[in-house]
Amino acid sequence: MNPATRVLQISSHGTVELKIPGRAEWVAVARLAGAAVASRLRFSVDEIEDIKLAIAEACTNSIQAAGGVDAGTIEIVCDAAEDELRVSVRDSSTGPHLEPTEPGGLVEGRTEALGVFLIRALMDTVDYTTDPRRGTELVMTKRVTS
Amino acid sequence: MDIKVNVRESEGDAYVVDLTGEIDVYTSPKVKDAITELIDQEHYNLVINLEKVRYIDSTGLGVLIGGLKRVREHGGSVNLVCTNPQIKKIFDITGLVKIFGIFDDEQSAMKALV
Repeated sequence: MNPATRVLQISSHGTVELKIPGRAEWVAVARLAGAAVASRLRFSVDEIEDIKLAIAEACTNSIQAAGGVDAGTIEIVCDAAEDELRVSVRDSSTGPHLEPTEPGGLVEGRTEALGVFLIRALMDTVDYTTDPRRGTELVMTKRVTS
Repeated sequence: MDIKVNVRESEGDAYVVDLTGEIDVYTSPKVKDAITELIDQEHYNLVINLEKVRYIDSTGLGVLIGGLKRVREHGGSVNLVCTNPQIKKIFDITGLVKIFGIFDDEQSAMKALV
């Protein structure tokens, strides 16, 4: 099977791994899968929407870092614990990924890093790591508060 | 996932862009094309109706901001109709509530254009 096709594995310890082709038309699959995992925890509907958007923005950022055309394969790993969801979004790019735009910049119409700005606003923690061999990984978490 | 775009003429020189569906990195080019075409035809007062939009991401916001910048260069404006609390929240978080007129219904958005 082509690795850049649908691979959905649900393990017994609450981890869901998904690989999507790094193209715009596949981002919806990632965000819907992420929302489905988030719905297994005690997140509110609004919080699930936040997670859905954050996952989509991370995938979009990977595609944009690859020039907006094809980012190869994007791997999304959702690790569901009792009170927290950890999501890793990894691509093979070692090129520069966008950093958050300052809020003032948004008002002036600078939108290039709006996605990462949203991720940081919607999730509790966000970390980027770039490895020359493994590519770039964004890891974000959101805690259950209710 | 798709977006439906409907463009219609309204009062005066104003145009309404009705959007239905989800605006993301895949569908936002279709929205951008519709807005760009209107501006290229020198229509600078626009109401973009997001009432039937279930989801918008940063690329969708970018399209709206790009349209607003272009019409403002010609003295025009873009008002939004938005009632979805989640989408309103995104405009709030990003500070875009400060640059867009956001209204609960089309009549109010249209009235505020003039």
